[in-house]
Amino acid sequence: MLLLTSRTVRAAIIKSGIPWKPGAGDPPEAFTPEGWKYFTPQEAATVEAFVDRLIPTDDLSPGAKDCGCATYIDRQLAGPYGRFDGYYMSGPFQQGTKQQGPQSATTPAMQYRQALAALDKACRDKYAGRAFADLADGQKDDVIKGLEDGSLKLDGADSQDFFKLILKDTQTGFLADPIYGGNKNMASWKMIGFPGAHYDYRDWIDRHNQPVTLPPIGIADHPNWAP
Amino acid sequence: MARKLPRKDVAIIGLGWTGSILANELTDAGLDVVAIERGPWRNTATDFSIAYMQDELRYRIQHDLFLRNSQMSVTFRNNASQTALPVRTWGAFMLGNGAGGAGVHWNAETWRFLPTDFTVRSHLTQRYGANFLPTDMTIQDWGVTFDDLEPHYDEFEYLCGTSGQAGNIKGAMQDGGNPFEGARSRPYPTPPQKQGYGHMLFAKAAKELGYKPFPQPSGNLSQAYTNPLGVTMGQCTYCGFCEWFGCANYSKASPQTTVLPVLARKSNFEARTECEVTRINLDSTGKRATGVTYVDASGEEFEQPADLVLLCAFSLFNVQLLLLSGIGAPYEPQTGTGQIGRNFTHQTMSDALGFFDKDKHNFNPFVASGAIGMTIDEFNGDNFDHGPLGFVGGGYIGQVQTGGRPIQTTAVPPDTPAWGPKWKQALKDNYLSTVNSPGACHASMYSYRDNYLSLDPTYKDRFGRPLLRITLDLHDNEIKMSAYLTDKFAEILQQMGAKQIVKRPRKGPYDVTAYQTSHLNGGAIMGENPGNSALNRYLQSWDVPNLFVMGASAFPQNAGYNPTGTVGALAFWAAAAIRSQYLKNPGPLVHA
Repeated sequence: MLLLTSRTVRAAIIKSGIPWKPGAGDPPEAFTPEGWKYFTPQEAATVEAFVDRLIPTDDLSPGAKDCGCATYIDRQLAGPYGRFDGYYMSGPFQQGTKQQGPQSATTPAMQYRQALAALDKACRDKYAGRAFADLADGQKDDVIKGLEDGSLKLDGADSQDFFKLILKDTQTGFLADPIYGGNKNMASWKMIGFPGAHYDYRDWIDRHNQPVTLPPIGIADHPNWAP
Repeated sequence: MARKLPRKDVAIIGLGWTGSILANELTDAGLDVVAIERGPWRNTATDFSIAYMQDELRYRIQHDLFLRNSQMSVTFRNNASQTALPVRTWGAFMLGNGAGGAGVHWNAETWRFLPTDFTVRSHLTQRYGANFLPTDMTIQDWGVTFDDLEPHYDEFEYLCGTSGQAGNIKGAMQDGGNPFEGARSRPYPTPPQKQGYGHMLFAKAAKELGYKPFPQPSGNLSQAYTNPLGVTMGQCTYCGFCEWFGCANYSKASPQTTVLPVLARKSNFEARTECEVTRINLDSTGKRATGVTYVDASGEEFEQPADLVLLCAFSLFNVQLLLLSGIGAPYEPQTGTGQIGRNFTHQTMSDALGFFDKDKHNFNPFVASGAIGMTIDEFNGDNFDHGPLGFVGGGYIGQVQTGGRPIQTTAVPPDTPAWGPKWKQALKDNYLSTVNSPGACHASMYSYRDNYLSLDPTYKDRFGRPLLRITLDLHDNEIKMSAYLTDKFAEILQQMGAKQIVKRPRKGPYDVTAYQTSHLNGGAIMGENPGNSALNRYLQSWDVPNLFVMGASAFPQNAGYNPTGTVGALAFWAAAAIRSQYLKNPGPLVHA
């Protein structure tokens, strides 16, 4: 007898066997490429221009914009990541030492909203009314360097914190599974030589110092993928 | 008002490694056992899919399988002069959740501690003199010996099917194994795993330098294996998604792959998941547990009476529940009195990055397993003369790289810009040709008077209970040791032919954001008498004899190895004592 009773959706009593039902898995939801879920069109233009400089398109691979990293960040900010879901969010919020870790109540979604507005304002002030996305590449790089070293101040946002956040998010999206939208056609994996989601290298463990010639695959390319 | 449930013989708090092992042993003894687990039920077939477990973003970066800080967190400070602040998202350690506990996401490095680790204070004092140890170091002997535990290490390894090469069988030295290990009664159940190019290049260089490298003992199995309970595991596929991930191949030892399939079918066992124990109840004398109170996912409160309570909730939460339940005296660092919270330790991890010529070396870092790797033990425990060095302790050193997951494993040389075309070029040039083994120097952390656990005065959990507060900093002894070990690893990288080496010794202050391991120990330690420990040598509470506390909270200090082998051995050791002694005559197994 298999007894699986639920008092609620989740609490369960497991007795007389391993509970199992078909299709009970929880596969990731593939991103949809159309439109923006969190960013305004103006914010999206700024982020696309920004990530395009962080990881540019060149002979090595398409860059972050072409790989969809702005879309990746947008979907992340619209979801649990953007809301600090799972974080301990009870107060009091107070600043501690670096070793005690971030203590801000400002979620990533709020951080982007504030910093992107402040970034455009700072650019308009400095570059004759032009927003970040409208600057020349060299000017964009100067702005990014100013955020990185803290010399460019943003109203209501910490420029270095924002730089670290958008750099981390861009690199994460670029290197994550393509199902999340930032690594289109596995461009980053092909560039570095990571074959992706194969899950079985028994044929390769003994082939020392030889390139693995398996074609890269993402989760959604795996033969067992059945969302 | 809590709804009172029918009595059980045994209530187990937490269904990870120790809860599963104890439940299986005590149901075998005919007892009626209930396990109450805070997280969800987890099963390989439904929760660890071969089609999407290889997802670094979801499982590693975004912590999908782990306890969420919103459900339970801790607070942290380096010292008592600071105000502890909550860990808002995990960093230095990652805590398990649900059936299987941390046994789901571990790498399955399955080590035994050295014989001298169990008698560390007497041993070091005898060899170097009492004045050699720092005055605030509070290390002590365990109250059990390696010989006591050897049969139970063996039980745990044969439960798991551990893949390894013995170094010492009943005193006879074995080629290719660890020459420093305590005598084992028989070989590992399965042969060692295969090794990748980087791992073998390390072994070759170590041998050239006069060391005796051996394969890391692995709970990712080299071949299919059926354990004594009749549960069969598969062969590891070297998928490179072991640490932080559940195993979809049934090839990583976990409660799911070794115990739960048998346990869950027993008529005298029941698990209640998504149910969080809020306290252990005591009778009016305060010396006897009457059961536990828990809250289920709907928020309803229950009282579960039981004759025997086993606290198996992971080290930190064992200590928190003891403190919240008023069991034992809280430790006071000023006076050194009280036992609950004392001798809290972590691990002292360090490494060095080795950048190699990409035209000569392709390590294929993604071809790996959680416990793959070649290691040396010359600098662990007291295997080397500490006399001239001015510190005690040590660790194993190895090329133990567990994969090439690209978000976290794309190291670039330190002079590389953080972004732009040069960063990209460096990423491409170094991914396949870098030794990036964060566990390379896996070293001890000894205990100190001012490193401890207590209840936080300010921050509360979702039920309004105080969070556990960690007060922890690195001491000079560990900082010196880490520098020494990191140098030794870097010398081997040099011998391997690295063109650039970046040493990363552990330095203070202790940082709760920087991942080291999830090996948190102490706070409810075992020992020889109630004046220096919370538990006796059978992990039985000195204060409440029908309560046993499993897990690494019992470690008086940490050794230079991963703790799970010893946690498993202690669980079998305690189970044997409960079955052979306690059940016949319930009461203290050691008279104070």
